[in-house]
Amino acid sequence: MVDLILKAALVFAGMGVALATFQLLRGQDAPNRAVALDVLTLITMPLLVGLAIHAGRIIYLDVALVYAVLAFLGVVALARYYDRGI
Amino acid sequence: MTMTDTPLNLVGAVLTLLGSMFLFLGALGIIRMPDLYNKMQAGTKATTLGNILTLMGLGLLMPGWLPKIVLIILFVLITNPISSHALARAAHKSGLPLAEGSVLDQLREDEEAIAAFEAEAETVSGKKVDG
Repeated sequence: MVDLILKAALVFAGMGVALATFQLLRGQDAPNRAVALDVLTLITMPLLVGLAIHAGRIIYLDVALVYAVLAFLGVVALARYYDRGI
Repeated sequence: MTMTDTPLNLVGAVLTLLGSMFLFLGALGIIRMPDLYNKMQAGTKATTLGNILTLMGLGLLMPGWLPKIVLIILFVLITNPISSHALARAAHKSGLPLAEGSVLDQLREDEEAIAAFEAEAETVSGKKVDG
């Protein structure tokens, strides 16, 4: 039962990744792509934690944490660039 | 790995499912919404909630890992509003238009009021110097 529910959750998250990637590739302009990238990283983070649980290795949680840090810095850097140039 | 059907695991799995639904709806929102600010509304609030619910559910599945997962949740909770705010501010500053039918832009109203006040102050002080 738990496995079934988790598989359904994986399907939903996968559809979210597909939609966000579609928006990232379509992206009418730079800020739209930045928002899509933000959403994509936020969806990928739980997937990484799920991968850590699937593999049974707690060290993989650090990957998710560093991914969160880098995603935050990336979006802020994009916003700064769009604002006034680096 | 396969999970046993204890009540705690069931609660965690249901939380994970709920959170992934919010993640999916957030991703749907950034495609369906008309302009950038509405996209940001859907794309950051809904996905932040979905992210937190999903991570909390996964943390309940592995109670020993909960401290580290709570650390990730706190980080997302603190940094995601900052990055989305920076993005919205940059977009507004560079003059990205609102969607058709938007009725209120309080930031632009405030900026115009400040600009008018400064112009008025300049004329008043200019008169003083002349007199």
